[in-house]
Amino acid sequence: MEVILSHYYDIASVILFGIGFFTLLLHRNLIKKIIGLNIMDTSIFLFLASKGYIFGRVAPIVSEGATNAELYINPVPSGLVLTGIVVSVSVSAFLLALAQRLYKKYKTINLDEIIVLAKKEEE
Amino acid sequence: MMVLEFALITFLIVCAVAFTFSKRLLTSVIIFMAYSLIMSIIWLIMESPDLAITEAAVGAGVTSVLLFLALKKVNALKGKKDE
Amino acid sequence: MSNSNFNQDKKPNAHSKTPWKAFAGWVNGEYPEDTFEKPELYQVPEQAHGAHHQEEPEQPAPAVPEQDAIQAGQGHFLLKEKFTRFYKVYIVLSVIIGCCVVGVLAFAVCSLPPYGYAENPVNNEVSEKYLEDGLADTGATNAVAGMILDYRAFDTFGESTVLFVAVAAVMMLMKRSMNKKDEEGERLVAHETAIDKKDQNLILKYGAMILVPFIILFGVYVILNGHISPGGGFSGGAMIGGGLMLYALAFGHEKISKVITYRAFTVTTGCALLTYAGCKAYSFYTGANHLGGDIPKGIAGAIISGGFILPLNICVGITVAFTMYGFYALFSKGEL
Repeated sequence: MEVILSHYYDIASVILFGIGFFTLLLHRNLIKKIIGLNIMDTSIFLFLASKGYIFGRVAPIVSEGATNAELYINPVPSGLVLTGIVVSVSVSAFLLALAQRLYKKYKTINLDEIIVLAKKEEE
Repeated sequence: MMVLEFALITFLIVCAVAFTFSKRLLTSVIIFMAYSLIMSIIWLIMESPDLAITEAAVGAGVTSVLLFLALKKVNALKGKKDE
Repeated sequence: MSNSNFNQDKKPNAHSKTPWKAFAGWVNGEYPEDTFEKPELYQVPEQAHGAHHQEEPEQPAPAVPEQDAIQAGQGHFLLKEKFTRFYKVYIVLSVIIGCCVVGVLAFAVCSLPPYGYAENPVNNEVSEKYLEDGLADTGATNAVAGMILDYRAFDTFGESTVLFVAVAAVMMLMKRSMNKKDEEGERLVAHETAIDKKDQNLILKYGAMILVPFIILFGVYVILNGHISPGGGFSGGAMIGGGLMLYALAFGHEKISKVITYRAFTVTTGCALLTYAGCKAYSFYTGANHLGGDIPKGIAGAIISGGFILPLNICVGITVAFTMYGFYALFSKGEL
C-alpha cells in the first residue's frame, strides 16, 4: 500500500503501457493498433514527466530574476517529452497513411484478412 | 490535490480500458480525444505547462483529426460495428 | 487477462454477467433489452461465393459498404479454414509475453525512488546547471525553451527534420499521381467537392469565421512568447496548423490551396529548416557553448531577447504548422 501511495504515477503508467501493449498485440484492426501505440507513447511520457516533478515547486519559468534551483522543478524530462510528443504524431500520421494504402489495395483494415488476401495473391 | 490526481488517473485508466472494449472505431477515436485531454490536465497539475499546451494541441487536436480522416478513407464512419 | 476473452467472446449469447462484458456493453451503447441481431462471425454470407477481388473490374465502385461485407465474410471464411490454430497459439503466446513484460515493469517500477522528492537521483547537477545558469547563458526565462533551443538545439533540429521526413513519406504514400489515373480517387474527390459546393453549413462557416483568426493569433502569440512564457514552436505551430485545418474544413480546399501551393509548401518548410541550420551553424562556428561570439541577449523578459531562441522558435513553428496542415491536406484530398 505504501508503495502504491508513493509510486502512483509509475504504476498508472505501467498499467497504461500494458493496456496499449495488449491492444497492439491482440486487436486485429489496424487503426486500433495505431491508437494502442499512441497510448503506449503517452504512458511513457507520463512516466518520464513524473520523474521531474518535485513537491511544492513551480514550473521552470524564471520570474523576477530568481535563478535558484531550489524553486523550480526539473526541466530536463519536460524537454525530452516535448520532443517525443511531436515525433509520436508524425509516426502515427505515417502509420495511418500506410493503413490507408493497405485499405486501397485490399479493401479491408483487418490484419488477418490482409494476411490471407496477400497469401492468396502470392499463389 | 492528491484526491484529484487519483480521480484523474482512474479516469485515464477507465478511458484506456473503454477504448480497448469499444467496437466502433469512431467511439474509440473520441475516447482517445478524452484521454489526451485528461493527460494534458495531469501535466498541468505536474507543473509542466509546455507539455500541457502541446498535448492539448497535438494529441487532442491534430492526431484526432488525422484519425477521423483516416476513418473516412477506410469507410468506417457508418454502421453499428466495425470489427 | 480479460483482453484475451474479448477476442474470443464473439459468440451470439453476449449479455453475460461478467463485469468486463457489462463494461464493454456499456461502452458500446448496448443495453440488456437491446435486441438487434449480432452478426455471427465465422459464418459465410451467401454473397461470398461471388467474392470481389481487387482485379475484378466489373464490380461497380459505388457499392462500397456491400463490398466491405463481402470481404469480411470471405476473410473470415478463409480464416476459419487455415489460421484458426495459429491464432489460438498466437493469442496465448501474446498474453503470456504481455503479462511477463507488464509484471517485470511493475516490479522494476516499485523499486524506484518515490515520486516527487528533491533528493531523487533524477535531480542532479544537470538540471541545477540549466536552472541556475540558464538565464545568464541563454537569456530565456522559460528554462525548457532555453534548454531545447539553446543547450540542446541540435536535438530539436533533428526532430524538425523528422517532421519534414514524415511529411515527405506521407506525400509519397498519399499523393495522387499525375501520370497514372486513379479513377476511384478522382470520383471520390469530385464527390467531396460537389458536397462542399452544395452544402451551406452556415454554423460551421460562421463559427470558423469567428474562431480561425483567434486560433491563429493565439498560435502566433505562443510562438513569439515561447522564450518568456510556456509554449514555443511546437505547441504554437500545432495550433496554427489546427486553425488552417479548420479553415480548410469550413471553406473548402480551393481558397486555401491558392495560398499554400505545393511549391510554397516545400519552399517555406525547406527555408525554415535551412534558416535553423544556418543559425546553429553560426553558433557552432563562432564557438559553441557560449565560449564567445554570441549575439546579444537583450533584457530578460522582453520579446526581443534570448539571442537565437526567437528566430529558432519561429522556424520550428513554421515547420510544424506546415507539416500539420500538410498531413491534413494529404489525408483528405491527396494533394496540397
